[in-house]
Amino acid sequence: MAETAETATPARRDAHITVQDLTIAYGPKVIQQNLNFSVNRGDVFVIMGGSGCGKSTLMFVLIGMKQPSTGSIIFDGEDFWASGEDRRAELMRRAGVTYQQGALWSSMTLGENVALPLEQYTDLGPKQIRDIVSYKLALVGLAGFEEYYPSEISGGMQKRAGLARAMALDPDILLFDEPSAGLDPVTSRRLDDLILELRDSLDATVVIVTHELPSIFAIGSNSVFLDPVTKTQLATGDPKALLKDCDDPRVHAFLTRDGRDDAGSR
Amino acid sequence: MTTAEAHLPVNASVIVEGPSKGALSVRLTGDWTLATLGDNTVDPQDSITAEGDVKKLVLDIGDVGEWDSTLVTFAVNLERYCAERQITFDGGKLPSGITRLLELTKAGRRAEVAPHVEPEKSVLADAGRETLKALKATGDMLEFFGESCQALMRWMRGTSRMRSADMFLVIEQTGPQALPIVTLICFLIGVILAFVGAIQLEKFAAGIFVANLVGIGMVRELGPVMAGIVMAGRTGAAFAAQLGTMTVNEEIAALRTVGVPPMDFLVLPRMLALILMMPLLAIYANVVGMLGGMLIANAMLGISTVEYFNQTASAVSLVDWIGGLIKASLFGIIVAVAGCLRGIQCGRSASDVGIAATSAVVTGIVFIILVDAILTVFYTMLGI
Repeated sequence: MAETAETATPARRDAHITVQDLTIAYGPKVIQQNLNFSVNRGDVFVIMGGSGCGKSTLMFVLIGMKQPSTGSIIFDGEDFWASGEDRRAELMRRAGVTYQQGALWSSMTLGENVALPLEQYTDLGPKQIRDIVSYKLALVGLAGFEEYYPSEISGGMQKRAGLARAMALDPDILLFDEPSAGLDPVTSRRLDDLILELRDSLDATVVIVTHELPSIFAIGSNSVFLDPVTKTQLATGDPKALLKDCDDPRVHAFLTRDGRDDAGSR
Repeated sequence: MTTAEAHLPVNASVIVEGPSKGALSVRLTGDWTLATLGDNTVDPQDSITAEGDVKKLVLDIGDVGEWDSTLVTFAVNLERYCAERQITFDGGKLPSGITRLLELTKAGRRAEVAPHVEPEKSVLADAGRETLKALKATGDMLEFFGESCQALMRWMRGTSRMRSADMFLVIEQTGPQALPIVTLICFLIGVILAFVGAIQLEKFAAGIFVANLVGIGMVRELGPVMAGIVMAGRTGAAFAAQLGTMTVNEEIAALRTVGVPPMDFLVLPRMLALILMMPLLAIYANVVGMLGGMLIANAMLGISTVEYFNQTASAVSLVDWIGGLIKASLFGIIVAVAGCLRGIQCGRSASDVGIAATSAVVTGIVFIILVDAILTVFYTMLGI
């Protein structure tokens, strides 16, 4: 399979996003600290960890929506928070985000949803925008759904439409917040395939926040494991390698679905 | 050896035997279901007294017919009761289903629950917290207002990301669709003003001045204020609910990631629409209120339509109209900003959307009255 060949040599590619000594906090409340990892170009990078450990918050920090308390995030050698506001806005636009609930703008049709970023940031004419919109919707298997409102389609379709919108400006980084939340196994498997497909064909870097083990092993080529108790990362690397080599019992328990106690063995 | 039997009004009972050799036997009989037991609470403490040197308690449910959670709850309570008194609980005769359920509840008890930190409770601490909260809320409100003014400036310079189609949609929702309710309220306000005025003024044979009272009252104060209050209740709440739901659905976060400022995209069209529509609504409200006053003047004082119209025209000056319409525009800004602010501040749950809508209405009305009072004093000082 193509993806196994891809994931075999992740370390040899150059770093796309580098996180150094990152601390995330809401006021005095520290969410995560001492985070150090890097996401390589072409990776499917999984941010994993138990519920409430700050996975989604870390994603918000990565896309520049929330300023970290300390530490830096470096995109292609460029320190995000050291850059000026305009440059930051430019960098932010190179990342496309797909939200947990889809987060499509409910008052607009799917076509308008995908078109909005294009209208805002390009000088394309209405005809060109329409063409790009139908191309992006077709990529995610929603050709012909331009005139539908988000409430008229199913949850899985909303996720895919959200993906089409995230791809509108041809980003180099695609981020997904819990892509399989609320989807049945088959649909979520298809979404995983779509993510890989797009990563390969668009040559993008993918960052996924998830705790779905099947997805983690099926598509993850690199990862960071966050712990809610020590509030820091316990491990980083290919999830399949972590399963084999990681000595930390907490990481191992997570990756094998084994609970802390004997509860799972009965 | 003693036998105590606690009969419950239904066919379930707790039979306590012992203690013999330090062991107390608790035997349950009958049906233990939610349906049969009703609200007869069975507490181990009521039926069991572990006196003397009871070391062990055996629960036997061999004679129980049907059972469900009520029985398990009893067993859980009994187990806890034993644990508190250092008595060994023997559930050996229990069916494996119940044993497993008991184990599960214990697992829940064992789980680490982060200690819930209670904030300090004292009058001073409360006063301090509330003051800090109020300061922060005021700061947030001013910041939001400042940002919306910046958005307005961007729009004037033509660099805003607002889509004008959105604004026209809001204009339609806030203007024409608000007419029926504004008509009803302001007509009645005119009627009320005229009633109050007519009774008093007639004493001085100055009934015709009802037209002055209603005209000036509506144009300078009540027209804009009533239109503002109706809009705060109708449109402000709708804005807060719309934007609140968008916050819950992460739609606002999605806008920010695409680099579209919600200020320009969501707040500005609503604010512009209301700045434009509120004066128009106020004019309409004034006219309807005057019609209400005229109806009463006709019916109670026998003042003709022409007389009333002429009196109103001579009483209400253009300056009165302009002063009232400036107020109306300001109220429009207040309603839009209050609605949008509460919507964007909204928490992440469905009930937060309700709170946001309520809070938008309250904020809107409070500030409308406040600003109206300030402006009225200000106008009077300037002699307008």
